[in-house]
Amino acid sequence: MQVEQMRMDGNAAAGALREIFSQEMTVAAATCTGCGVEHEIGALLDYGHAMGVVLRCPGCNTAMLRLSRTPAWVYLDTSGISYLKVPSVS
Amino acid sequence: MTSGPPRLEWRVARVVDVRQETAAARTLVLDVPQWPGHRAGQHVDVRLVAEDGYQAQRSYSIASAPEEGTVALTIERLDDGEVSTYLSDVLGVGDGLEVRGPIGGYFVWESSDAGPLLLVGGGSGIVPLMAMLRHHARAEPSLRASAPVRLLYSARTRDQIIYREELEQLARSRDVSVTITLTREAPVGWEGYSRRIDREMLGAVSWPPSEMPRAYVCGPTPLVESVASLLVELGHDPARVRTERFGPTG
Repeated sequence: MQVEQMRMDGNAAAGALREIFSQEMTVAAATCTGCGVEHEIGALLDYGHAMGVVLRCPGCNTAMLRLSRTPAWVYLDTSGISYLKVPSVS
Repeated sequence: MTSGPPRLEWRVARVVDVRQETAAARTLVLDVPQWPGHRAGQHVDVRLVAEDGYQAQRSYSIASAPEEGTVALTIERLDDGEVSTYLSDVLGVGDGLEVRGPIGGYFVWESSDAGPLLLVGGGSGIVPLMAMLRHHARAEPSLRASAPVRLLYSARTRDQIIYREELEQLARSRDVSVTITLTREAPVGWEGYSRRIDREMLGAVSWPPSEMPRAYVCGPTPLVESVASLLVELGHDPARVRTERFGPTG
């Protein structure tokens, strides 16, 4: 199977992100550390694999968010995101 | 006191109806206990657990309108898919299935979102778009009229058009137009398109960019990327083009 065929988008990671965040995260906006452009999480490209997900910037391909899972822990690396903007709940 | 959406919990849904849509696609209608309701375009995660504890999890778009109360999933069977073959061949009315959801807020449309709507789907990418069409059909006439819909659907052959009869019915509404293109084999006398979606077809079918349509594009990754870039080339605002890519997960 080719990598190109596996690529999906941030929508596919929504369930995994909801295990960590209390809100629906696909509508949150993330600013890429690589190019400075803000994208909604749902618009990021998802390179899913058995251990978790990698969400990449659709513009410059920077890995913005990595989520991986072991039986004991879930690891979240957001070092590719300079700002995360989440709708405030009122 | 503030609160977010309810915690995402696994629930055991019950299959209340099964509909064969095409040779390879089947709809499971689920009754999910304490279902909080969904929005058109959202999906659920489905989890299968084997006796030895091995788990497989997949995401499936919801095909039913929010107004229907049940959760319909249309599953395309992939011959080597460990989840889709189970959902297609084994599961029947009365069986239980673990699901969690609804999930997603990005690829979502509500009938209160006024303005023209452009839906472009390929293969089983029609599923979340169908939820939007069904939601549209159940809206107040004034809302429907303020959000006219154009659907462009690419399928390989006529027999592989999912929801064919229902789409024909929906197309009778003056607020809905349905255009189908067949990419592999078109029957004699076929009046629709018979090629892959290209710039000329999109230009002819979609609303002009000046009408500021909301566009939702769903299907296999190559189709989605090609359609999204063509729409932007045609002058549509990238921020109004929402995409959902389907990988070949079984």
